[in-house]
Amino acid sequence: MSTAVESAEPTAGLGLRGWLEAFGSRFVQGEVGSLPVIAGIILIWAVFWFLNPNFLTPRNLTNLVLQLAGVGTISVGIVLVLLLGEIDLSVGAVSGLCAAVMAVLNVKHGVPAGLAIIGGALTGTAIGFVQGTWAARLHIPSFVVTLAGLLAWQGALLLVLGQTGTINLYNPTIDALTGNFFPSTVGWLLAAALIVIYALSGLLRRRRRARAGLRLAPMIEFIGAVALIAVLSLAAVFVLNSDRGVPLVLLILLGFILLFDQVLRRTRFGRYVFAVGGNAEAARRAGINVDAIRIAVFALCSTLAACGGILAASRLLAVNQSSGGNDVLLNSIAGPVIGGTSLFGGRGSVWTALTGALVISSISNGMDLLALASSVKFLVTGGVLLAAVTIDALARRVRQTSGRA
Amino acid sequence: MATNGRHPILELHGISKHFGAVQALSDVDFEVYPGEVVALVGDNGAGKSTLVKTIAGINLPDAGEMIFEGRPIAVHGPRDVTRIGIATVYQDLALCDNLDVVSNLYLGREELDEPLPALDEESMEKRSIEVLSTLSVKLPSVRSTVASLSGGQRQSTAVARSVMWDAKVVLLDEPTAALGVAQTRQVLDLIKRLRDRGLGVVVISHNLADVFEVCDRIVVLRLGRRVADFGVKDATREQVVAAITGADIGGLVPEDEMNAGATP
Repeated sequence: MSTAVESAEPTAGLGLRGWLEAFGSRFVQGEVGSLPVIAGIILIWAVFWFLNPNFLTPRNLTNLVLQLAGVGTISVGIVLVLLLGEIDLSVGAVSGLCAAVMAVLNVKHGVPAGLAIIGGALTGTAIGFVQGTWAARLHIPSFVVTLAGLLAWQGALLLVLGQTGTINLYNPTIDALTGNFFPSTVGWLLAAALIVIYALSGLLRRRRRARAGLRLAPMIEFIGAVALIAVLSLAAVFVLNSDRGVPLVLLILLGFILLFDQVLRRTRFGRYVFAVGGNAEAARRAGINVDAIRIAVFALCSTLAACGGILAASRLLAVNQSSGGNDVLLNSIAGPVIGGTSLFGGRGSVWTALTGALVISSISNGMDLLALASSVKFLVTGGVLLAAVTIDALARRVRQTSGRA
Repeated sequence: MATNGRHPILELHGISKHFGAVQALSDVDFEVYPGEVVALVGDNGAGKSTLVKTIAGINLPDAGEMIFEGRPIAVHGPRDVTRIGIATVYQDLALCDNLDVVSNLYLGREELDEPLPALDEESMEKRSIEVLSTLSVKLPSVRSTVASLSGGQRQSTAVARSVMWDAKVVLLDEPTAALGVAQTRQVLDLIKRLRDRGLGVVVISHNLADVFEVCDRIVVLRLGRRVADFGVKDATREQVVAAITGADIGGLVPEDEMNAGATP
């Protein structure tokens, strides 16, 4: 409908404003998806490469992946919470606390690394369950509950760490989480597997649609998507193989993203997350247990925060009093928003955790290479976040007005 | 009455409901026949919404009984009512704007691709297209989000959702409020198609033009009582307005009105 309006308007005569309006209405229709943020990443990379050619070297890009994995994992959980139209301000503190729990279990109590990691993750689950129950059952805004959590879990972190304040990690399994790289053949095989699975599942879906007599998207679009996935994954493997190889941690992050992407788009639970975020009252009337969905999402978010904290600890090979502090919280929330997940609930994708983390980490990494002061770094990241939130708010306003038209 | 000789699909007898000191409904009878559109009209505070909420199972009446297809039914909540085939479309439509039409039609009743926990999108989309086309509801695509639909299309989607689960009675709360002329037409046509399929339709409306166009019978509530019941062919707009407002226009007020006025 609005496409008809759009093509009827002579956009050429309106210049930049017309183009922006046309773009805006396509943006509203969700036709552009991740394109703006991908364009943003390309622009950022081009600028930094121009300023310092070292930016686009395989070594630096591999470091970039290692840097963003922890926060990216936390962001996957944040996407879930944002889709509900809620917020979780405790993810930073939870990531630090759960990493400390893992470290204490492993180092002080001699618990095997695998069990210690699971223990840390489950601590996150328990925290999220409590916070979610509190917010959902007592109808307290999640903003406040998790703000209280932010303070409380920071205190708990100091408590768990005890007198020493820092616990160094020596365990090879924990180190391997971020220290392991796959041999180049394995990297190529992983990329091939990804492409084949993507293409096969797409073909299967097309066949099912054809059997049901439903309209199919043009074949060329499907081939284009497969080609894009193939080029991206092969290029990534090529670059990573030129340095140390595909890092295990990238596989972990992609695993979380693919898992939750499927859960959100293909299961009842995922559908209900979107429904509650879009219109909680409508969801309730449709018989959906809104409280249960909220509690489950907060539990998942804190679990993912714990996993992110464990990855960060593995990279640092230590847990200390500032684990999960500093800008972890803000970056993990800013990422998905920059990537295009709406702060108002009901709109977004798990992939924005990755694209947003790429933007933030690229800026931070690039500025480090240029030896810029952290003042500049914070200012620029803040500016990018503000721009992303503004686009989200404007898109929402356009949606509301175009919805009535 | 236009529907003599048939049995009502839904009957309410002697329904009373009070909220604190306010008597919202007093001894109200109401009935819908299959293949009939009944308008429920009345001024603000006349008890229309209370009556509809009672039928929908949201308000539990203080007194009175509900009979569905000849059998008395016990209503303890909205689920009891929807389960037997009474669907309600509220004014706010209860659609999720961010989801597409198929997702909204199936919200809370998603089909799974057994034994996987995955949604069976193909089967849901296919049935959605079928239902929408039997109701002649035209949408840009069943995969467009509700946010991108017009008001009439949204209303039609909400109605389609209510009837797609074998509803026998549909309650529509102000279905044409806030719609433009063309969109009102779409919705009125849809209501006629529901009637043609043999459903009992109850329409709450303030718009007498719509009421006279689409309804077979007009039930008027005033101050919590049923004061009039017109066959639409035998009534004039003035009579209906008189019944709504309680104005006495020389002998035009129907007999029920006099009776109702006499009881304290």
